[in-house]
This record gives sequence, structure tokens and C-alpha cells, in this order.
Amino acid sequence: MLINQFLLLAAILFCIGVYGVLVRRNGVLVLMSIELILNAVNINLVAFGTQHDISGQVFALFVIAVAAAEVGVGLAMVLLLYRTRRSINIDELDELKG
Amino acid sequence: MGGLIAAAGWAPPAMDWHALAPEVILAAGICVLILVDVVLLERGKAFASAISGLVLLAAVVPLLTLAVSDDTSRSLFGGAYVVDRSALLLKALFIISGYVTVLLSTNYVAEGEYWESEYYTLLLSSVLGMSVISSSRDLIGIFIAFELLSIPSYMIAAWRKRDTRSQEAGFKYFLMGVFATSVLLYGMSLLYGASGSTLLSKIGETVESGRATPAVGLAILFVLIGFGFKISAVPFHSWAPDTYEGAPTPVTAFLSVASKSAGFVAILNFVFYCFIQNSSATDVVVPVVFVLSALSMTVGNLIALKQDNVVRMLAYSGIGQAGFILAPLVVAHDRLSDALPSIVVYLVIYSAMNLGAFGVVIAAARKTRSAEISSMNGMLQWAPGLTVLMSVFMASLIGIPPIGGWYAKFSVWRSLLQGATGWSYALAVLIAINTAIAAAYYLRVTKAMWFEEANDGDVTPVDVPPSLRLALAITVVATLLFGIVPSLLTDAAAVPLALGH
Repeated sequence: MLINQFLLLAAILFCIGVYGVLVRRNGVLVLMSIELILNAVNINLVAFGTQHDISGQVFALFVIAVAAAEVGVGLAMVLLLYRTRRSINIDELDELKG
Repeated sequence: MGGLIAAAGWAPPAMDWHALAPEVILAAGICVLILVDVVLLERGKAFASAISGLVLLAAVVPLLTLAVSDDTSRSLFGGAYVVDRSALLLKALFIISGYVTVLLSTNYVAEGEYWESEYYTLLLSSVLGMSVISSSRDLIGIFIAFELLSIPSYMIAAWRKRDTRSQEAGFKYFLMGVFATSVLLYGMSLLYGASGSTLLSKIGETVESGRATPAVGLAILFVLIGFGFKISAVPFHSWAPDTYEGAPTPVTAFLSVASKSAGFVAILNFVFYCFIQNSSATDVVVPVVFVLSALSMTVGNLIALKQDNVVRMLAYSGIGQAGFILAPLVVAHDRLSDALPSIVVYLVIYSAMNLGAFGVVIAAARKTRSAEISSMNGMLQWAPGLTVLMSVFMASLIGIPPIGGWYAKFSVWRSLLQGATGWSYALAVLIAINTAIAAAYYLRVTKAMWFEEANDGDVTPVDVPPSLRLALAITVVATLLFGIVPSLLTDAAAVPLALGH
């Protein structure tokens, strides 16, 4: 089986995700873009896993579990921001300036 | 169930419980904290800080017994988890930094309206992750440990949850951290694909045989970028000053010391156990590290000059110090036995002096409620003890012998000069220039404390609680001791035999 298609798909997803993180200003959309990158990682791992041993797929399971924990924390923070500011635009986070 | 497992031909791995004892104690301590919170409810809050302090101290005991045991390099789970001397030293660094952070937090958290038990539970979880990452020699292990130390720290950075500044600090840290982790993971997936193994040593062998070089080069770049965020190296530093300023100050101390050191430890694991054997991987590592290191120390120190807030100044100074700590990696390929110990020594001394400086800032803020440099005016009159301590830490950060910091800078510098390449000479020159620049802003704080008049003539003395006194005593003793008798550290940080090829 050719794994090129999978790697190409993962690379495209990765690029879309990075673009989203850099360009999107909505907190939830940034989180979704990060999820896209993590899915690119999972596709990579599972595709490589077909060539090698099972550890790639095990790794992908770990990534899925930890990503869920991360998003849990992230959405809680977005909710916290929304409660105090009525906005989740990350450009409005400018009280601290360096 | 047992029959099924036997039929699948699976045998449980041999466990070396002694080697795992520090992590087991920490994990058990986290469970105890949660139980105390659930069973005693409000009454349990009073014990949370004491329990977490005791757990951390208990975790030091197996570190000591492991250090004196004959078997100095224990390898578990097929080489995925290695407990050797440098790992022990780093675990001790993390656990003691965690203990000092607990001491710094005790009054701060109890007096503010915070969630105490949860705070200490998360802090211990983060320390557990750091302890695991110093032994992990496997992609999955490093990833899990890295997340275990990161996710709790996002939460405790936003701990003052009604304060919009703390929310902002936590959210910025979270977004940057998660983005960095995902880039790191993409690099890890490429490394796995190129080598077919998640073990760093196996990946190192494949990299050495020269297969799939472009993919590996990209992977190395992604891995370094991913950890570059954690150590707040320029250009991935933008979160650090904001997060440090907005987060509760004890958390800032923890982030700038323990969390940053954990990022360095992860980089060390990758560079020394995976990339270093191979010259084509070194071709990628050296320029990347050179750029990160040169930019971090220069940009960090120049921006620190302009800061009026001590915490922000320490944040930028930490960015500058990150540049110093990265520097020996450019000679790691040829001068392994100098580069690794000099980085570990720097991390230990940096942690002691930085925690101490934050301790003084926290103590002074009990009176002034501010972290502006001007709020420390005339501290000699209202807190002579704190003034002397802060001067010691600032002198150490500048690098004045015989206080700790000089030896850290000296060992980095020596390993660069011994490396004798164009890259290392350039960095050695930059370190010399930056040390001079850095002296300016550290001395500014000292000057405000010694020579300015107290604001509004207010010289009521500051009340320093016992836990804060203990934290300051530990850090100042460590800072002075390692400066006067550096051999204490250099012996412990010596390169493990397995690497001394």
C-alpha cells in the first residue's frame, strides 16, 4: 500500500491548521485549528504504523486521549473569558503588553 | 483474564520499583491530596500545603538511596525509561524546586481567595510530569510527561480566575503551549516514520545510518521549535512576559524555573540520546540552536533593560538566560563530556537564584502590593534582610564570583571555548557582551533598594512568614554553596557512562 496519499493529506491538514492558528482571531476556531494539526499527526502515525510496528497506532491513541484533556482545559478557559468579557476574540486580550 | 493474557504470549515486564519510587510517591501523594479534599472538605484546606510539602520531601528520599546504590544506571521497559545520575540530579532539581514553590505559595494561596487543595494537586501533578520527563527515552513517554507537566501549569497560571489579567495570562500560555505541542508532535510522527521506532536510541541509530535525511531534518526542526516555546527562546517567547506578569507570582516562579528546565531536559534528551551521534543531524541542530541561543540572549537582555516591573524584568532575563543555557548545544557533537554537564549545572544554579529572586519579590509585595521596581525603593530601610538576599541573587544573576551564577556562566563559556568552532566562538563573544548588558538592569534593582528613599517615607517593616523564610534560606544556601564549592554539582552532573563513547 502506498502511504504517500496519507502523508500528503496529513501535510495539507497540518498547513491548514497552522494557517488557522496564525490567522483566526476567534478562540474556539484557534482551538479547532490546533485539533486539525493533531489529526494530521494521528494520520501520520497510523499511516507510518502500517509500515512499521504497532507502536505508531498506540501513539495515536495517546495523542487522541491527551488532546481531549487539552481541549477540555481550553474550552473551560474560553468559557471563563466569555463570562467576564462577553467576547472570545483573542485580539482583545491586550491588558498585558510587552 | 489471566488466561487470555497468557494466550496472547504477554509477560509482564520486570519492574524495578526502587528506580520508580520517586514517581510512585508523588502519584500516591496526589491521590492523598484529592482524598483529603473529598473527605474533609473545607477543613482539609488547612493541610493541603503541609501534605504536599511532605510528599515532595518524601520523594527526595528514594533519590538519595538511588544515588548511593551501586547500580547507577537503571534501564526499565526496554530502555524507554532510564534512571541514571544526571536523571537523578534533574529529578532532585524538579522536586526541590517544587518544594520551594509550595513554600512560596503557602501564605499567598491561603490569604487570597483561591482553591487550595486543587492548586497543590495540580502543582504536584506538574512536578510528577517533570520527574518522568527526566528519565523518558521514548517518544510516547516524553510526550505524555510533557503534557502532564504542561496542562496543570496552564490551569494554575489562570488561578486567579476572577482577575482578567490572570485569565489572559493563562489563555495566552495555553494557546502557545498547545500549538507548540502540536508542532512538536508532528515532528515526532516524522521521526517515528523515518525510523520505525519510538525509542530515542533506535531513532538515533536510524538517523545515523543516513536514511530519510530531509524528513529527519524537518522533524528535528519541529521538535526544537516545539520545545523552544516551553523554554521561551526567541522568537517563541512572546507569551512569557505576559504570562509571568498576569499569573500569581509563586506560579510565575514555578513556570520560569521548573517548567523551563523541563523544556531544556526534553531538548537534552533528544539532542544527546538521539541526534548527536550523527553528523548530518548535527548539521541541522547546530545552526538552529545557534540562532535560538544568539537571538534569545540578545533580545531578552535588551528588552529587559526597558522594564519597570520586576516580574517582567525577570521574565526577559529568563529569556536571556535561556540563550546562555542553549549555547553549549552547538559544541555537543564534539565535546559531549563538557556540554551536557555545563547545561545541567547551569539549570540547577539558575533555578536556585531565580526562585530566590521571586521569593524576595513575593515577600516585598506583601507590604507594597506591587511588583514595580520603584516599589522596592529604600528597601534597605524597611527590610534590610530581604535587601541583602536580593542583592545576593542579583549578583549571582550577573555572575559575580563567588556566588553561584559565575560558575554557571563560566562552565558554559569554557565548554564553548573548548569546542573551538566558529559557531562556539561567536556565541562565547555574545555571552560576554550580554553579561555586561544584563548587569545594567540587575544593578538597577539593587540601586533602588540600597540608595533610593522609601516611597512616602513609609518604613514600616514587612512581615515575612516562616514558610517564605525557609524558601529564601534554601535558595540562598544553594546559590552560595554551588558558587563556592562547584565540585558538589560537577561530580553529580558528570556524563553517564553510556554516552561517554
